[in-house]
Amino acid sequence: MSTSTQPKVVHRRGKDTVKSWPLPDRIAYFSCWAVGIGLCLVAAGLILFMLNKGLQYVSLDLIFSNPAVGSDQSQTGGFLAPLLGTVILTLVGTIIAIPLGVATAIWIVEYGRPTRLARAVESGIEVVAGTPSIVLGIFGLLLFSNGIFSFMSFRALGGAVAGRSFLTAGAMMSLIALPLIFTSTREALQQVPAQVREASYALGKTKWSTIRKVLIPTARPGILTGTALGMGRIAGDTAIVVILLGATMQIEKVGSAPIVSTLRGTGSTLTSYVYNNSPAGEGNAPQKAYAAAFVLLLLVLALNFGIDILSRRSKKEIV
Amino acid sequence: MPQSSAARSERRAERSLGALSSLVLVLITAMCLFVLLKAWPSFSHNGPMWFGWGGNVDDQLAAIFNSPANPAKWDYTIRTWPILYATALLTIVSVAIGIVVSTLAAVFIVEFAPPSVKRVVSPVVRLLAAVPSVIYGLIGILVLVPFVGNHLIGDGRKNSVTFVVQLSGASLGVAVVILTLMITPIMIAIIADALRAVPNGWKEGALALGANRWRVMWTVVVRSARPAIIAAAVIAAARAIGEGIMLAMVSGSVGFAPNPLDGITFVFEPLRPYAATIVDNAEGLSVKPFGQTIYAMAAVLLFASLMLSLGGTLAKRPLRKYGVRL
Repeated sequence: MSTSTQPKVVHRRGKDTVKSWPLPDRIAYFSCWAVGIGLCLVAAGLILFMLNKGLQYVSLDLIFSNPAVGSDQSQTGGFLAPLLGTVILTLVGTIIAIPLGVATAIWIVEYGRPTRLARAVESGIEVVAGTPSIVLGIFGLLLFSNGIFSFMSFRALGGAVAGRSFLTAGAMMSLIALPLIFTSTREALQQVPAQVREASYALGKTKWSTIRKVLIPTARPGILTGTALGMGRIAGDTAIVVILLGATMQIEKVGSAPIVSTLRGTGSTLTSYVYNNSPAGEGNAPQKAYAAAFVLLLLVLALNFGIDILSRRSKKEIV
Repeated sequence: MPQSSAARSERRAERSLGALSSLVLVLITAMCLFVLLKAWPSFSHNGPMWFGWGGNVDDQLAAIFNSPANPAKWDYTIRTWPILYATALLTIVSVAIGIVVSTLAAVFIVEFAPPSVKRVVSPVVRLLAAVPSVIYGLIGILVLVPFVGNHLIGDGRKNSVTFVVQLSGASLGVAVVILTLMITPIMIAIIADALRAVPNGWKEGALALGANRWRVMWTVVVRSARPAIIAAAVIAAARAIGEGIMLAMVSGSVGFAPNPLDGITFVFEPLRPYAATIVDNAEGLSVKPFGQTIYAMAAVLLFASLMLSLGGTLAKRPLRKYGVRL
């Protein structure tokens, strides 16, 4: 009975091919392809161009010599100091940002009381993420030139606090990395199933020791991903460096204590080096700028590659 | 008793985590207060005309920089209309282009691209998002600007506006192209996430009704992801407004308001938004009235980004029901 009323399965092969679509739909379809391929071409062009310029101009003595004053590009030295500056600044920024970001994420996900405050903190972090880095930099200069922050930088000749140092720039840089670390840690914590927590409570663990012994280790791939993203952003930011690090040619130390002297001193990073050596900056040395930009690009891409491996590995663990 | 001490340390842990988290709010409040207080003299001297037009902004900035030492005679007069206009123009144009491009790209990545192509395009988008702005700026100033200046702008065009502004190639057009390239990857990521979150049943329903794949994407999937497109536009706008370094390099850094009535020349005219003005003038911050004027520009940027964050939060609210968290 039912077999007789069953509709016949109609095989219309090739009915829904793009060829049979109306013209506007076909145009839309091909513009999707065009945009996708176009993005790939732009990226390939950018990478190949930078690779070409980089291989042309990067040399070992450029990387291992310090910038110097000179009248043309053969005398102005290399970019060892900016390279070290990028490393120091990225480390300072992430060291400040990790505890803040992880603590905030844990508090939001695991405690989150009072609810209003938690919601305010969450939108506060979004506000920080949306604040232009140039505004963060200029605010940092205002904040850290106050007398109580003189320990972070140094006093200029007139006795005014300069407000410019690796520490102050790193503190503001941490605000760039904070939203990224916070978001990926929050995401990782939210993905931990409730029964994991319950199992830990059932074994008599307190909430705090559950967080320390169970949740943080489980969320570690997320924390690392956020950190790597944050490091990439810090290494790539120029505005804060130009305003808060002084963008001096060498790393200028303040005082004599071994590490603190560097942290309280000014310096430059690869980004500010590129900016200053481009036609927009003071020293016009495009070859140096290309070389430094190539090294910077390699650094950032290496970080991104690391993120890819991390996220692939963490996916394997969850599944 | 061990139990009560454990409970106490629990409470202490919660309190200290909460306190650490609230630091963000303290910081934002401090930022608004500090910047606004520092900027106040510039706003109060000019009133609403701070945003108005009249005179040459660059001359006014120079006059403020060269103010006499006597605080009573400090010059504060500034009319920032060209800078405001440049900021709005760059942001609106590049976000508008970005919406179209990124929606098409997101549809491509989610629906049309075969798996092998998808495996290439997704990392490419992430790569474009990761490239530092100074590298975009460098390529802009060393490649695109000379190319536009030498090949696309003829002498006739240069001479036609020579009494108003110099056309060097650093222009609205180059700035918009690079800015769009910088903000598109962020928008693609957000929109593609939302497109993926649309329930499969909706797509299948539309397909069963006889719509072709593009129609399904356009009338069902993209339409239900509209909040995500708005959220993406808002986030991209925040990024575009605050982009200082790249624009300081390629926009020409002239406080000039490009005139759409100039026809094609409009695209080749230089301009300078707020963020680039701050970057360009960072050296002069220690001169008091000048610093206050620059901080006033930072205050405008801060206000705009606060408003955009608020708008972004509102735009993202409808997405929660699909379980999309951005």
